[in-house]
Amino acid sequence: MQNFAAEFNSALALILEGDSELWAIVLLSLQVSVFAVLISAVIGMPIGAALAVARFPGRRMMIVLMNALMGFPPVVVGLLVYLMLSRSGPLGILELLYTPTAMIIAQVVLVTPIIAALTRQVIEMLAEEYSEQLRSLGVSRLASVPVLLWDARLALITALLAGFGRAIAEVGAVIIVGGNINHVTRVMTTTIALETSKGNLALALALGAILIGIAVAVNAIVSALSLRAEQEGLRHA
Amino acid sequence: MRDLVSDMTNCLRARDLQVRSNGKALLDVHDLTLDGPGPTLILGPNGAGKSLLLRCLHGLISPDRGQVVQDGTPLNAYHKARQAMVFQRPVLLRRSVAANLDFVLKRQNMSRTGRKDRIVELLTEGGLEDKSRQSARSLSGGEAQRLAILRALALNPETLFLDEPTSALDPSATQMIERMVLRASSRGVRIVMVTHDIGQARRLAADVVMMQGGHVVEHGPAKQVLDVPGSEASRRYLAGGLVT
Ligand SMILES: Nc1ncnc2c1ncn2[C@@H]1O[C@H](COP(=O)(O)OP(=O)(O)O)[C@@H](O)[C@H]1O
Ligand SMILES: [Mg+2]
Repeated sequence: MQNFAAEFNSALALILEGDSELWAIVLLSLQVSVFAVLISAVIGMPIGAALAVARFPGRRMMIVLMNALMGFPPVVVGLLVYLMLSRSGPLGILELLYTPTAMIIAQVVLVTPIIAALTRQVIEMLAEEYSEQLRSLGVSRLASVPVLLWDARLALITALLAGFGRAIAEVGAVIIVGGNINHVTRVMTTTIALETSKGNLALALALGAILIGIAVAVNAIVSALSLRAEQEGLRHA
Repeated sequence: MRDLVSDMTNCLRARDLQVRSNGKALLDVHDLTLDGPGPTLILGPNGAGKSLLLRCLHGLISPDRGQVVQDGTPLNAYHKARQAMVFQRPVLLRRSVAANLDFVLKRQNMSRTGRKDRIVELLTEGGLEDKSRQSARSLSGGEAQRLAILRALALNPETLFLDEPTSALDPSATQMIERMVLRASSRGVRIVMVTHDIGQARRLAADVVMMQGGHVVEHGPAKQVLDVPGSEASRRYLAGGLVT
């Protein structure tokens, strides 16, 4: 018990004294996940919007595929990305394995389906509400896409935050393709796993506290956004 | 001869119009010509096909048979661009009041200052001048419907369709809408408005179209249709309507 209290104290000290190793890990985590979410948004939002608005052969298949990808176990995603990037894999020549880029790729694979699925859902509901009105105003199907994306902005930001929450808390895929190399690919989740197994609870606890803080902050922003949406009558439900 | 004349002037005509679903005709209008200068009010019970008719006339749905003819030619994109429609439940963009109007004006390639002036003019017309920056979604029902009408007017339509725009509003909000509609009409906008409120038809209509079961059962000057209905269906509807 005394041991625990001591670990808590040193964890607190690490955070408050601005331990450089700790904050380097936090910074790398944020960089990797923010990048991954931005790339996922650039890929996932147009796909989601297209699935919501356009009618083309294979559309249903793509929706099923997207939903399946969303439920993919992260460890398996990590394994697949590993196979792609490993020396003998198709992308081995890029030598990306065990780099932050590899972790970004793995997170993009995990987060893009989430953002695409949420975007499709949000845009489809809004399109149903707007479609006759927009046609009456002479807005073509194609021209309606930016209108819908803009008017769904609050819900889409929420989708991005959901993706970010998943990315930053992810451990299985990232540890496989990143390798948890000191000063190179150590992010919060993988460090927590490693340090805990080594018995170095102070660093693990400090990172855990920061990770929880980030999760709480993301949730607070989501709540604030939906509250604002409700006040302005912007809810899509 | 009359056919020729009515086809050539500013006139909207439904010819042999049918909308079907599951082998049943939801709308079946043999021949309806809207060419009077004053407002035309479409009256009839729920499910009579009033909204379907309006959607056909506005080109939002293509009929399974027959066609809508404007000025002698089948309804085309040019005609549709000169029509506007206000829906029963206003569909406003999730933006400010002013931005809802600006959305329409921008699409007309108006200059920034031109748009600004026009927005002020429109907001004043609808009594929304203090609401310019407010979120359109936070407007009251009456204000929202007024904004929907202003946005329709921002298109400078020749014809304005309104589908029961006051059905969810209290009397004072209704009165404001009716005044806007009459002002638009006096500026030369052709009004085609659905209502189930017989009093409203008396207040606004130059002509009345009476519908039931997907058919037009009567069409003529308001006074005639409302005071001396020629069909049994109209008589019953008006009698029932007056009781409530
Ligand atoms: N898309 C549709 N599919 C099938 N039936 C419809 C559709 N739209 C309307 N109807 C039916 O057509 C009839 C006329 O509807 P509508 O024009 O909305 O009546 P109203 O006179 O009340 O506006 C109703 O019985 C309605 O249920
Ligand atoms: Mg209706």
